[in-house]
Amino acid sequence: MKDIVDDGPLLDLRQVKKRFDLDQGFLETIKWRKGRVIRERRSVHAVNNVSLKVDRGEALCVVGESGCGKSTVARLIAGLLKPNAGEIHYAGERIDDMSRRALIPLRKKMQMIFQNPYASLNSRMNIQQALEEPVRYHNPGYSRAEIRDKVAEVMTSVGVDPSWSARYPHEFSGGQRQRIAIARALTVDPEFIIADEPISALDVSIQAQVLNLMLEAKDQRGLTYLFITHDLSVVQHFGTRVAVLYLGSVCELADTATLFENPKHPYTRALLSAVPQLKDDKPNHIRLKGEIPTPINLPQGCPFASRCAYANDRCRMEQPRPVQQPDGSMVACHAVEENRMVD
Amino acid sequence: MSLLSVRDLTVKFAMRDHTVTALDNISFDLAKGERLGIVGESGAGKSITGFSLMNLLSRPGFIDAGKILFRGEDIVKMPQSRMRGIRGNRMAMIFQDPMVTLNPVLTIGQQMVETLMAHRTLSKAEAEQIAIVKLREVYIPSPEERLAQYPHELSGGMRQRIIIAIALLLDPELIIADEPTTALDVTIQADIMELLLELCQSNKVGLILITHDLGVVSQMTERTLVMYAGKIIEAGRTREIINDPQHPYTQGLINALPQQTKPGMRLKQIPGNMPSLTAIPPGCPFSPRCEYVRDHCRTTRPETVQYAHVEVACHEVSRLHQENTEEQPA
Repeated sequence: MKDIVDDGPLLDLRQVKKRFDLDQGFLETIKWRKGRVIRERRSVHAVNNVSLKVDRGEALCVVGESGCGKSTVARLIAGLLKPNAGEIHYAGERIDDMSRRALIPLRKKMQMIFQNPYASLNSRMNIQQALEEPVRYHNPGYSRAEIRDKVAEVMTSVGVDPSWSARYPHEFSGGQRQRIAIARALTVDPEFIIADEPISALDVSIQAQVLNLMLEAKDQRGLTYLFITHDLSVVQHFGTRVAVLYLGSVCELADTATLFENPKHPYTRALLSAVPQLKDDKPNHIRLKGEIPTPINLPQGCPFASRCAYANDRCRMEQPRPVQQPDGSMVACHAVEENRMVD
Repeated sequence: MSLLSVRDLTVKFAMRDHTVTALDNISFDLAKGERLGIVGESGAGKSITGFSLMNLLSRPGFIDAGKILFRGEDIVKMPQSRMRGIRGNRMAMIFQDPMVTLNPVLTIGQQMVETLMAHRTLSKAEAEQIAIVKLREVYIPSPEERLAQYPHELSGGMRQRIIIAIALLLDPELIIADEPTTALDVTIQADIMELLLELCQSNKVGLILITHDLGVVSQMTERTLVMYAGKIIEAGRTREIINDPQHPYTQGLINALPQQTKPGMRLKQIPGNMPSLTAIPPGCPFSPRCEYVRDHCRTTRPETVQYAHVEVACHEVSRLHQENTEEQPA
């Protein structure tokens, strides 16, 4: 069955899995266990059976703590990594098994913004060169004047004076560099932007500038975002829907307002309670037991079971599936399913 | 007498042919057991303040003028030998990145015992006992085993707990924590902050918390200094600064937070960037970005005045206050 292009979701991840092998060479796989030589290949299970849909015009935020697989999800979608299992569809077309060449027209529609603007701009190219490159690459038919106009237009729209175009990245501040990185993504008129922690490296007053810019671009250009962040206050402001990731699995997926008003998964609740609030004198922080287990040997049951106050035997044995709740959110938790969480 | 009293502290950095002022005439006090937050954006001089208090400034930075009185004694004039007896002992510092603070080739035990034996006459076994007690205080599971482990064997949150345990080893009177949780995840950050707060309260330890996160300051401290371009621009009780900031920069900083605006609406941003220390504008350093700026702001340095409940360095604070109260009648 083929989706009808305009009705289906823009992006559709179906049961995507990604693991990174730790022991790659033959010799690395040979281990000594209990008096015997065995072959064993350890791998990091970065993303496990993640299913997500992003509709046109949405801003889906993916939140989670370090090591939960959020950046891997971004890279899988951008085609920088290939999934080990599952499918990724973009505008009704399967993209995870495409060749590099076949992906080229897609890269024009899908652009990525990275966390560190110091690393994502080539320090030996001036801004004009850095911004012209993608335009020229994706629009071979453009004349020089057209390319220059496009670059000037984008620079103006992100609030960087086009007369600075001969300057090099080191001459700009962090916030300006991130604007330029955004401009570079916008030069090819994409429809979908994957932003991986785009404001984490910036100061508070500059964060607001960059977030405003991204909101403007969303309205003016009709962009769809996949926004990866660990900052929940940004999620609440920017996202239309939120996916909470823990150890490579989606534990809760809901509309932003629903998630913040009524978080259901025990991990989401703990995460929300941990955000330092400005005006709240008595923080009601839910303390989690222990720390995030390593994604090398994933627990058999629910990935959160080892830290969860509501975990029972079933949680430790059987991995919960995402279940739709009455308010539309998807929650993968046995305790929620069985109504065991009494507050 | 206050535990710490900083008077007109000016720190400069020597460049090839000129000097750059990193801290400009800052003064503040800290009472015994008090928790003080220093907030500001990168380049505001928060960390330089922390380093100066520990007398850890290294070339090209130097203290140009002013006094830092710790229990009445001026640290600035103190010989290094005497300072070594205070640093790590009477006052301790916690840095941002626990991986850099811990020595990767020494075990946790060696590092803790070393610290203890540098300041006290103890046997190694006694020192280890104290280390275990302190590790237990910071909720490290099976502390005896941790002593034999190396920093790389522990998670980031665990490492930062160990740093806190090391800071507390000699029962200091003052802890300076420079962005102690910035490198950590939110749930771990909340744990560490709760722990730090609990330890400071139960042991009556003074805390200077340097951070860019207003939420953290609001939950952790009693008083707050807001820094901008090497100056303290607002100081007062934390609650009052958060609820009713007087300086336009502090207001801008708080209003720029996403939780202050309705979801999806344009955030209130402060235009421009913090000036580089080599090009601090004459007059008020915030004047180029300030929406209430008047001509004299650009030429005359504002004095610090007492206004409402806070001390604030702004020419226009009373006018600003009037305008704001007219806008929203009580």
